[in-house]
Amino acid sequence: MAAEPTPSQTVGPFFSFGLCVRPHHELVDPGRADALRIEGRVLDGAGAPVVDAMVEIWQADAEGGHRDGFGWGRSGTDAEGRYAFVTVMPGGEGAPFIAVLVFARGLLKPVMTRMYFPDEPDNASDPLLAALTDAERAGLTAVAENGGMRFDIHLQGERQTTFLAL
Amino acid sequence: MSDLRIARVRDGERRGVDPPYLSPDYRSTRLRAPDRPLILLPESMHDPTGPVYGESPLAETDSDLTRQHDGEPLGERIIVTGTVRDGGGRPVPGSLIEIWQANAAGRYVHQRDQHPAPLDPNFTGAGRVITDSEGRYHFTTIKPGAYPWRNHQNAWRPAHIHLSIFGRAFTERLVTQMYFPGDPLFAADPIFNAVREPAARERMISRFDWATTTEEWALGYRFDIVLGGRDATPFEA
Repeated sequence: MAAEPTPSQTVGPFFSFGLCVRPHHELVDPGRADALRIEGRVLDGAGAPVVDAMVEIWQADAEGGHRDGFGWGRSGTDAEGRYAFVTVMPGGEGAPFIAVLVFARGLLKPVMTRMYFPDEPDNASDPLLAALTDAERAGLTAVAENGGMRFDIHLQGERQTTFLAL
Repeated sequence: MSDLRIARVRDGERRGVDPPYLSPDYRSTRLRAPDRPLILLPESMHDPTGPVYGESPLAETDSDLTRQHDGEPLGERIIVTGTVRDGGGRPVPGSLIEIWQANAAGRYVHQRDQHPAPLDPNFTGAGRVITDSEGRYHFTTIKPGAYPWRNHQNAWRPAHIHLSIFGRAFTERLVTQMYFPGDPLFAADPIFNAVREPAARERMISRFDWATTTEEWALGYRFDIVLGGRDATPFEA
């Protein structure tokens, strides 16, 4: 029998003591040769840092699977709105990407997006990227920086990140 | 690939039970709600997998928030039970539920909570539980107090417990708030009322439950959770 869904509500401002006590932002040992650091900022419609956001990711491992449950991470944001993960490049077929959810006070439901990687040959045939404008595609593509990747998330405004309906 | 249709949809025009991102009466949404159309991916492009937590061992005190310190917390002891099901009514076993809440005085253990109500040295207000093989969960805690916030003049949040549920797919992820029956603050709360459909708002209110109310010990509340069905994707061939 079909059941009626429970509505979403915001995490509010005071979630960190419940959700961010255990560190979940290192999906692999940072000392590993193939460890990849991904960081970025969450910004609001005025360009101000969102200091009380939580970013969650879900991705394939280097072989394109989820061996040993691999693939989930969670990071709070700091006083500059910055989050950070240590992970590996997702493998498998097609353009590699990481699914991203952002939760925050003022978000009555999370926003969902995808982080793609620069200069990947398969990006050209990705059906989501193909449906976007150049500016939107650029917004979903991380920037190589300091040996890692930077992916900023703009919640609102001219530079808003393209979000997927949930 | 050519038959994959990717549509754009304005958030305010979507069906479904979730509140729209922009709910101006809840002030924090004004600079944080996305204002450009959302991309509606065909079902086949959504990753059907998601993190599973069936194996990570939890301590008994993870689901009993009244036993995490040396002494007993102050307040009304309650037992909260329910089931987690998917949109088809099937139980969701092995799903991690994380909860967090204010104490009986309406104060959170959070450095930015400035409400001048006392902290309770015997209460943190955070817990975890994993649904059993039939999707059921159970935790013991203290009934949280209402608390003021600065959203509008004399603004008070109705008492609530925050719940985060993983579900089976990343897209099934749900964060919600469980309210208590008969709260006089419902009518004036912009977060509760951001859910537009009255019947959907009712589904966020737990009900008092004699079956789990334990003599000389605790009051029972029941809160059943249904995941998924967030927004149908009618673009599948």
